[in-house]
Amino acid sequence: MNTDFIQIGNGEAVTRDRIPHLAFDDFRSQALHIVANGGKVVHFFAYPDEDEVNLLAVLRTDHLLLAGCRAPEAYPSLTSECEPFHLFEREIAEQFGIRPEGHPWLKMVRYHANERGLPDVFGNDYSQDIPGNYDYYAVEGDEIHEVAVGPVHAGVIEPGHFRFNCIGERVLHLEIQLGYQHRGVEKLFLNADIKRMPILAEGIAGDTAVGHSLCMTQAVEALAAIDTDAGARIIRTIGLELERIANHVGDLGALSGDVAFLPPANYCGRMRGDFLNMSLWICGNRFGKGLVRPGGVRFPLTDEDRRVLTERITELKPQVKHVSDLLFATSSVRSRFEGCGVVSTSDAEKLGLVGPAGRASGIPYDVRRNFPTEHYHRLDIPQNAEPTGDVYARAKVRADEVLQSISIIESLLSSPIETRCVEDTSYKLAPSSLAVTLNEAWRGEVSHCLLTDADGKILHYKIKDPSFHNWNGLAMALRDTGISDFPLNNKSYNLSYCGFDL
Amino acid sequence: MLNTLKNRFEQGCRTSAYPKTTIELPARYRGRPQIHAEASSDLAAECAATCPQEAIDAERKIIDLGRCVFCGTCERLSEGRFVSFSQDFELAVAEKDYLLTAGELPSLAEHAKKHFKKLFGRSLQLRQVSAAGCNACEADLNVLATPFFDLARFGINFVASPRHADGIVVTGPVSRNMKTALLQTYEATPAPKVVIAVGSCALSGGPFRGSSEITEGLDRLLPVDLYIPGCPPHPLTNLHALLTYFKSS
Repeated sequence: MNTDFIQIGNGEAVTRDRIPHLAFDDFRSQALHIVANGGKVVHFFAYPDEDEVNLLAVLRTDHLLLAGCRAPEAYPSLTSECEPFHLFEREIAEQFGIRPEGHPWLKMVRYHANERGLPDVFGNDYSQDIPGNYDYYAVEGDEIHEVAVGPVHAGVIEPGHFRFNCIGERVLHLEIQLGYQHRGVEKLFLNADIKRMPILAEGIAGDTAVGHSLCMTQAVEALAAIDTDAGARIIRTIGLELERIANHVGDLGALSGDVAFLPPANYCGRMRGDFLNMSLWICGNRFGKGLVRPGGVRFPLTDEDRRVLTERITELKPQVKHVSDLLFATSSVRSRFEGCGVVSTSDAEKLGLVGPAGRASGIPYDVRRNFPTEHYHRLDIPQNAEPTGDVYARAKVRADEVLQSISIIESLLSSPIETRCVEDTSYKLAPSSLAVTLNEAWRGEVSHCLLTDADGKILHYKIKDPSFHNWNGLAMALRDTGISDFPLNNKSYNLSYCGFDL
Repeated sequence: MLNTLKNRFEQGCRTSAYPKTTIELPARYRGRPQIHAEASSDLAAECAATCPQEAIDAERKIIDLGRCVFCGTCERLSEGRFVSFSQDFELAVAEKDYLLTAGELPSLAEHAKKHFKKLFGRSLQLRQVSAAGCNACEADLNVLATPFFDLARFGINFVASPRHADGIVVTGPVSRNMKTALLQTYEATPAPKVVIAVGSCALSGGPFRGSSEITEGLDRLLPVDLYIPGCPPHPLTNLHALLTYFKSS
């Protein structure tokens, strides 16, 4: 079947008149066709256009595909035929009050009123402090019990609610309800001064500050036709890889702690800090905030910086390797990791898992290889995929990526890097255009989509953190798993609440 | 076993001697800002206009550390002539007014409430509530438990229940959806209790100010005893604040 979707590039400026504006029925059947044949949903959202509301889909096969249509007030849901649309349709219902008829599980995503002042699709009253009267999915039976956790958790972590339906120790079903971190970030982008955009992007998810600011920055660079020099692209690549290493190393330690093997827990905690301190050295912030700006970076990597960072990474590399070897060679660790929280490849495909969570279930997709940005065109990113889909696979993929990222940084630091640092400047975005940007952050595919109106003002700003795809992976991993293995599975994903809640 | 021991020797002892010895942070770290009053009004106005957080009052020549995210835009624009950021990470204050500064901060030790030192000086148990931030503040509070900082050696711990806590540490701009849970956690903490606001979001709404979904400052909801600026505050900023405010010198 030939479709009317057009092919676009990652970070390419596209004028909005090029977006195929299809009849809804054609849009629906073509989108379903692409996804049913292995395509994946990158974005599917509604946006206002003068007095109307449009739908827009960005799908990916080997290419990025784009088409849109006028949004009906209610429509036969795509999810009922094709699972990967499920959360996107719920989001559209919540944001714009558009009802996907026949959606198998239509419930709110983030608990907020829709933008058009329409009656809430879910019947919530957002003038109340606790707006929802949502009945969680409940398994019934004499032996069934429920465990409710959160929003305030026992550790120093973000808020979310987890509802377990168990029989004995065995979890039959885990339902995850988020929304507590909702700050209205997408809306802030609409009205924000241009000077606030980098700060906002860095605050979408602090542990992915570089990933999200790269997406925002590349979209602005595309629409304002700003050039970035090769040196800046190398430094941004180093920033993104440092972010990946720090988070993966920290989580490997936490996984080790969760199975009561304390040496790597402590070593990884310390080494994670050493990688964060490398970001601190480069840009003055441990999370890379302040590094990436439209047009390049704000800080150079001088020869002295390269020497210091190389020295540190040379010292850390064998330590990381040895701790990783220790972790995976320890039988008590292996016995807890292996076979725990399995998500099959076919479930992972249907849920649309991305990043290490997807790769651990045998889906090799990696934005750095499939849709490279920055300096990744010139790098040879190995294909990481483990077939088993368990905690072991998720840990192993991440441990492998740490060592690969260390090698990438080592090689990038080996030759002089020249860049002209940028200041925060004002810029004018192309009118009536859009840009879609994707980057492989440590959790997987981060994507932003920026649309402008006829005056070049931001008409709509759409953010997708990889956690949007992956939270359902965690819920799936818990099926038929002991409830005491929840922390372990949770840490193997370590998903973002704020990146999801926006 | 041998492998475990080999790793142990390779790792060595990593715990910092702070606060007995000082720690120098890298040159690009942006700590306590210093305003240079001799700079022209025009330059001050230009810095104020460029500040993404609108943290600079050009007329009074002061900066609001509650709003500041330490991005350094003003320092770069003025080439350090109006604002320069020092390597000083000791930023916490006991009164909100002290956040408005030309660079000097009052001694935290002198402004600490004496009865808190008596009550909590030897043992302080804190419950952390994450309320709609970006998780960077939480991450840099968490690292206080790692071997380098090793918070527990000072008798300070993060605990799992507000019932076991002497106070709460709040991060994030307190979203509407998190407000009730935060207030209930506060209520569940036995008195006398302390409230510590960590990070630009908890101090002022931070990057998210202006959103109808958040609260612009925790002090609008709860009495705050200790304000720790930063986006996020460096772990040493947090450590300094906790030690100075609660421990007897």
